[in-house]
Amino acid sequence: MSADPTAAPSGPGSPAMASPSTALVGLDPRPGVPKPDPILVVDDVERRFGGLTAVDVEHLEVQRGVITALIGPNGAGKTTLFNLVTGFDRPSSGSWTFDGRSMSNVNAAKTSRAGMVRTFQLTKALSRMTVLDNMRLGARDQPGENMLAALARPLWRRREQEITAKADELLVRFKLDHLRDEFAGSLSGGQRKLLEMARALMSDPVMVMLDEPMAGVNPALTQSLLGHVQALRDEGMTVLFVEHDMHMVRHISDWVVVMAEGRVVAEGPPEGVMADPAVIDAYLGAHHDTDLGDDALLADEVIEQLEHEAQVEEEEHHGKQS
Amino acid sequence: MDWQRMLTLAAGELIAPQTAAFALAAIGLNVHFGFTGLLNMGHAGFMLLGAYGFAISTIAGAPFWLAFLVAIVAAILFALILGIPTLKLRGDYLAIVTISAAEIIRLLGRSTLFTDLTGASSGLRGNTYKATFQALSPLPDGTTAIGPFEYGNNLSNGWWVRIAAWALVLLAVLVVYLLVRSPWGRVLRGIREDEDAVRALGKSVYAYKMQALVLGGVLGALGGVVYVLPTSVQPDAMGRAMTFFVWTVLLLGGAATIFGPILGAMIFFVALSVVRTSMRELLPSDIFGPAQIEPLSGILIGVFLMLLVIFRPQGIMGDKKELTFHVR
Repeated sequence: MSADPTAAPSGPGSPAMASPSTALVGLDPRPGVPKPDPILVVDDVERRFGGLTAVDVEHLEVQRGVITALIGPNGAGKTTLFNLVTGFDRPSSGSWTFDGRSMSNVNAAKTSRAGMVRTFQLTKALSRMTVLDNMRLGARDQPGENMLAALARPLWRRREQEITAKADELLVRFKLDHLRDEFAGSLSGGQRKLLEMARALMSDPVMVMLDEPMAGVNPALTQSLLGHVQALRDEGMTVLFVEHDMHMVRHISDWVVVMAEGRVVAEGPPEGVMADPAVIDAYLGAHHDTDLGDDALLADEVIEQLEHEAQVEEEEHHGKQS
Repeated sequence: MDWQRMLTLAAGELIAPQTAAFALAAIGLNVHFGFTGLLNMGHAGFMLLGAYGFAISTIAGAPFWLAFLVAIVAAILFALILGIPTLKLRGDYLAIVTISAAEIIRLLGRSTLFTDLTGASSGLRGNTYKATFQALSPLPDGTTAIGPFEYGNNLSNGWWVRIAAWALVLLAVLVVYLLVRSPWGRVLRGIREDEDAVRALGKSVYAYKMQALVLGGVLGALGGVVYVLPTSVQPDAMGRAMTFFVWTVLLLGGAATIFGPILGAMIFFVALSVVRTSMRELLPSDIFGPAQIEPLSGILIGVFLMLLVIFRPQGIMGDKKELTFHVR
């Protein structure tokens, strides 16, 4: 895909003409802002677990063909929103459309078939199957997956060859080809993340949703994973990912959506949104730029101060109890 | 003691119709548990239903193939009724529902409510439903001896029932082999590993689980038909104990393997025969009468099943590597 660097930020009239990464330049960074060419539009989605409202999103649009990061503190409702949108959970109320089609009350398998394929925070490599079989399972339109057609090999052999060729190609790209015939259970955590992402790509999705793709991946693999995610966008896919690793968010995302306590509290380009007071308050905390490995933190004054803070907190806690 | 007689008796179990019946049932359970991960703890229910379906419709005047079809349809309906409410739930619930459903079938069968149909607790005598099957035999009357095995050609526990039973077993193995190495079988194994992952890849997990439940249930019902052809339909002989025997057979041979269920059934019944006869011969009969031998061999089977699951969970034919990765 060729991106013209001189292209002006597109107006709503010409979304198809704009390069995807520049399409969001100059957009008003406020929660629920309309995008020039949204692929996913969420409206008034609410999910309650008893008295707890896990997700309460008024309006959210995800731009087609860019990488959007979804960040927020633990318990902000990011994964719950993922589960709702991909059909793994049902909302208490609300609706959303994907690619112009209403997807509320559509189950997970159909959502996936519509082109919105997800991965999981806790990787779901199918352990007692080979890496290759894991990949093949991700493919679509295999007539042999019908019980009766399965009995007659000629009906599905040709498609199986196509699928295997595609799987091999993706395995090479994700540097897993030497593990092709190993059981997926013998892979390392990072390799499983790669396998899951590669498997999701077997179906040529329109949009991939990655739930914490970097969690538990060793730093050496991180760089190649980042490259893969960017390559997906360059091929025209839409990527939405949940991540805690701020480095990754800053490095590759075109747009950042921040959630806290179930709501979208801010959105905008990565540089801008990190400076938003609401975000710092909700998520990053005042020390978000401090390196925790910094020796300066071990200075006596800092430790004393932290101890003091802890003591105050404890006293408050006891005060509440008595 | 007569070792030769004991060995002949044990070797006879290799090709006995009962062995074939359990092999068939275990092939069905293998589709459920080995390939799809469905915990069916009521397989004897499918077997009993198949036996009732075949026997009752034959007694009512149905020709052989119609009665055979009735047994299959009964298993399909039973699988649908079990699966519709439970397959959406997590695996353990299916185990609870199947064990109770199998008991319901057995208790209904032995209740006096349907004595006209099922013969209540005394069951159905073999002579009342065997005729159509035996009429199909192409063998001449008489007895044939092959090696140490000598049986009547057309007796109710003779060569004809053995041939038909093992032909059915081979057919079942062929169908299951073709299915599990196909993309359909791959989806089943994916569901066994993690159904949410398979759902995320766009497969209708529920439909696949239902197909597996029906296929395995039908094979169980056919096992039930084979089981009662040389004997009689006895609801109490086809209860929980039978389910556990089928499980032992499957785990012994190796779940998720093609020939495991057959090998498991053969070893199981040969071992059972050896244990029983040698206990009868070796143990003092004033302490261990026939009334004690039966439960004692049951205890031995139970201990054996435990040892098997602890020390060789992959069974005889299973791939140790495949069981090294326990996800849950």
